[in-house]
Amino acid sequence: MQDIEKNAPAGAQAPEHSAVHEDGHAHHHHTHADGSRHAGGHHLLQVEDLSVSFSMYDDAPDAGFFSWLSAPRRTVEAIHGLSIGVHAGEIVAVVGASGSGKTLLADAILGISAENSLVEGTVWFDGERCDEERLDALRGREIAFVPQSVESLDPLMKVGKQVELFVRDATPEEARRRRREVFERYGLDERAANLYPFELSGGMARRVLLACALANRPRLIIADEPTPGLDLDLAVRAMDDFRAFADEGGGVLLITHDIELVLRVADRIAVFKGGTVVEETAVANFASPELLRHPFSRALWHALPEHGFEGSDRQDGR
Amino acid sequence: MRSSTSTNGAAACAARASTAAMKRPIIHCPSSRRVPSRRRVFATSVAAAAILLAVAVLGVALMPQAVQTDMGARSLAPSFEHLFGTDRLGHDMLVRTVAGLAQSVLIGLLAAGASALIALALGTAAALGGRKVDAAITWLIDLMLGIPHIVLLILISYAMGKGFVGVVVGIALTHWPSLARVVRAEVLQVKNAPYVALSRKLGQSRLAVAARHVLPHVLPQFIVGTILLFPHAVLHEASVTFLGFGLSPESAAIGIILSESMSYLSAGMWWLAVFPGLALIGVVMLFDAVGQGLRRLSDPASAQE
Amino acid sequence: MVKFVVRNILKFAMLMVAVSIVAFVLVAMSPIDPVQANMGQASLVSMSVEKKAQLAAYWGTDAPLWQRYIEWAGAALQGDMGQSLRFNAPVADVIAWRAGNSLLLMGCAWAFSGVLGFVLGVASGLRRDSLFDRVVRVYCYVLASTPTFWLGLLALIVFGVALGWFPIGFSVPIGMAAEDVGLGDILYHMALPAIVLSFLGVANIALHTREKTIDVMGSGYMRFARAQGQSAWKAFRLHGLRNVALPAITLQFASISEIFGGSVLVEQVFSYPGLGQAAVTAGLGGDAPLLVGIALVSAAIVFGGNLLANVLYGVIDPRIRKGASHAV
Repeated sequence: MQDIEKNAPAGAQAPEHSAVHEDGHAHHHHTHADGSRHAGGHHLLQVEDLSVSFSMYDDAPDAGFFSWLSAPRRTVEAIHGLSIGVHAGEIVAVVGASGSGKTLLADAILGISAENSLVEGTVWFDGERCDEERLDALRGREIAFVPQSVESLDPLMKVGKQVELFVRDATPEEARRRRREVFERYGLDERAANLYPFELSGGMARRVLLACALANRPRLIIADEPTPGLDLDLAVRAMDDFRAFADEGGGVLLITHDIELVLRVADRIAVFKGGTVVEETAVANFASPELLRHPFSRALWHALPEHGFEGSDRQDGR
Repeated sequence: MRSSTSTNGAAACAARASTAAMKRPIIHCPSSRRVPSRRRVFATSVAAAAILLAVAVLGVALMPQAVQTDMGARSLAPSFEHLFGTDRLGHDMLVRTVAGLAQSVLIGLLAAGASALIALALGTAAALGGRKVDAAITWLIDLMLGIPHIVLLILISYAMGKGFVGVVVGIALTHWPSLARVVRAEVLQVKNAPYVALSRKLGQSRLAVAARHVLPHVLPQFIVGTILLFPHAVLHEASVTFLGFGLSPESAAIGIILSESMSYLSAGMWWLAVFPGLALIGVVMLFDAVGQGLRRLSDPASAQE
Repeated sequence: MVKFVVRNILKFAMLMVAVSIVAFVLVAMSPIDPVQANMGQASLVSMSVEKKAQLAAYWGTDAPLWQRYIEWAGAALQGDMGQSLRFNAPVADVIAWRAGNSLLLMGCAWAFSGVLGFVLGVASGLRRDSLFDRVVRVYCYVLASTPTFWLGLLALIVFGVALGWFPIGFSVPIGMAAEDVGLGDILYHMALPAIVLSFLGVANIALHTREKTIDVMGSGYMRFARAQGQSAWKAFRLHGLRNVALPAITLQFASISEIFGGSVLVEQVFSYPGLGQAAVTAGLGGDAPLLVGIALVSAAIVFGGNLLANVLYGVIDPRIRKGASHAV
């Protein structure tokens, strides 16, 4: 953590926030991208020093029967000391290996952590510090969630009906109108609304899930691995939809293991390793390994197939 | 991942929330959930098995005493002298119950053991014997499950001319299907594992593969499944005997005791039915505790709780 | 649709043939000779010569087993399953009358235990580890270990003997002519056995529903619904309930076999004149024709339950309903 901050010119807490940050301008543990804006002088979402821990048995697979029997219960921290921010109008991608606990981050921000977990830290949304109750209220209205697959839809209910049920504080007619709006936006017709989740094609499923998230006009979208299982063409279109949402002034927190894909659309990348964000940096910095501070980020860079990624690619990707 | 030992997450969380000088603000506290520790599950299983063993040994030892009549102590309600009361012939019901339970436990073990062997053989055959064998055994399982257990038990007992053999054969022949399904699934899983395919390619015979690779993998599930058969076997033995198809009336099995008690219900001798029945429930639950305990201990998923 | 019907008719026919062979062989190989065992019975004394010959041909002679089975099956296909020795009436008549009693008893117990078990299961699954949940679980585990007949005995002791609220036996008052028996009498005599039977059925369905409720509460779609801002209760009401009900309905239909087994014991305890009691009487009294007949009917009832479960599943679950229509 310390080595990340030592290059920050203005220290961790910049007293004044300009509306737009320069490339490389660092504060709140991160450097900024070109388009990063601070709406109202603050981040749309700011997470500080987050930790998520569970109580479980400490099991060594080769420890033998009796040591296994007396295995102590331990508190394991799956996430610790994590800080991340999302500005209005930008996509921040949290990139890390599959199964490294990234999903827990989404749960914590959404306030739907598993019952046996202990979540510590502070979350600000739109300049307001949130406790669990406040997160409850924001969830679905201001902060929306895009899940990975149709497994996240009720298998026994038509998808149109499900989207309508997500519309908050609305009469059935209003909900239907709103559902038509979002469906139209993503090129889904009434026929699609009458399908059950298992009948959706991959591309339709993706758009339906996005429509679910946008049912309440949220300001921040959290997407958890939205691309696995999609072919490249569909995955790119998914990214474009997120870009469009951000360009309208929304914020997107994109949790993924596919760094290649997000480099095309994201503004900033948060590199996730060992339960924390080791580096939060502008996409432009992935142009060359010298601009990256953490060894793991550089390892990621070296793992990229083209090996010589151009920072301006984002513009082409749109 | 960092980790630290702690006794109770919820309590620690609540305590920290109340102190003014807390390190970090808390967003979500874990709800306290009582998860039995493995050590306790293990201790419970061992204790339950020990009690069952004691009942069996004591019951066998008491069998001669169970048929002793005491004409001076007939039809007595429960007292300190006769905790379970006595019947019309002056049998002490506590002694009779323990002796009867021992018979039930032994028959249950015998029949469930036989049934488990059938399950092992047919389950393995279904998984390894090719499609036709598999289809035939699956069909046989469907057939067995298609007739209510009790009806099948009555039929088999009738075919065997009732009595001890009828019950044991009946239970052995009716209780294998569910365990056979488990064995079949487990064997299929190992069969498709890469290391088994490799040994086959290296020229080991089917039997050698089965003995060296399949059996060790299937064994834990099989043992747990077998123990979980016991409670069913004991219950069904008692039921069939109660109906008059099982053990002979002289044997003082638990089913016989309860069957006899029916004649004295209207005479108000409730203790003849209540205590032996409660004892039977206790034995069945003890068997279940052993089986469930072992299952929990052998299940890796329980480590996450 | 036609394919479905034809397939199930075929399955049913195969099952009936298999069950009849198993039952016939088991009964035929018994050392108990039906003629010997029923020497003094009125039915044997008054039986026509022709019927006696038939009885001996099926169960008594040394003719090969398969030959006897073919003869018996041929007659059975024409509706003649023989003469019940214990009840002195055609097997078909005995079964028809008793099946009515049994189905009434089992139907009430089945419906009551299904509804109660589902409600208890959902409630304890939603309030996992609460006091209520623990009470329900203990109740279920204890009942799962309780012999059916013993619970019947207990009910008789408490409600029949001690409190005198219910009659001690028989589906109708003893000595009353059949035509004088009102519906009230039947229900009154059926109540206690039905209650006992449903108390046992509750355990299975409640535990299963509880597990399923916990699964559903942890499922992706419940997580998504919660993430979209629905309260846990609303999300469960909208999405969870159907997903829990679906397997519960299947399980309840599939549990007819167990309820039938329980009814054999309960009918015996309460002297309720149903199929189960007839099976016990036939088995103990060497009434071979009736025993085979009851085995067939019980298998048919179980098959019917499973078939209904499959049909209902197809009607309720769009994945199966539409999947089937796409496939054909």
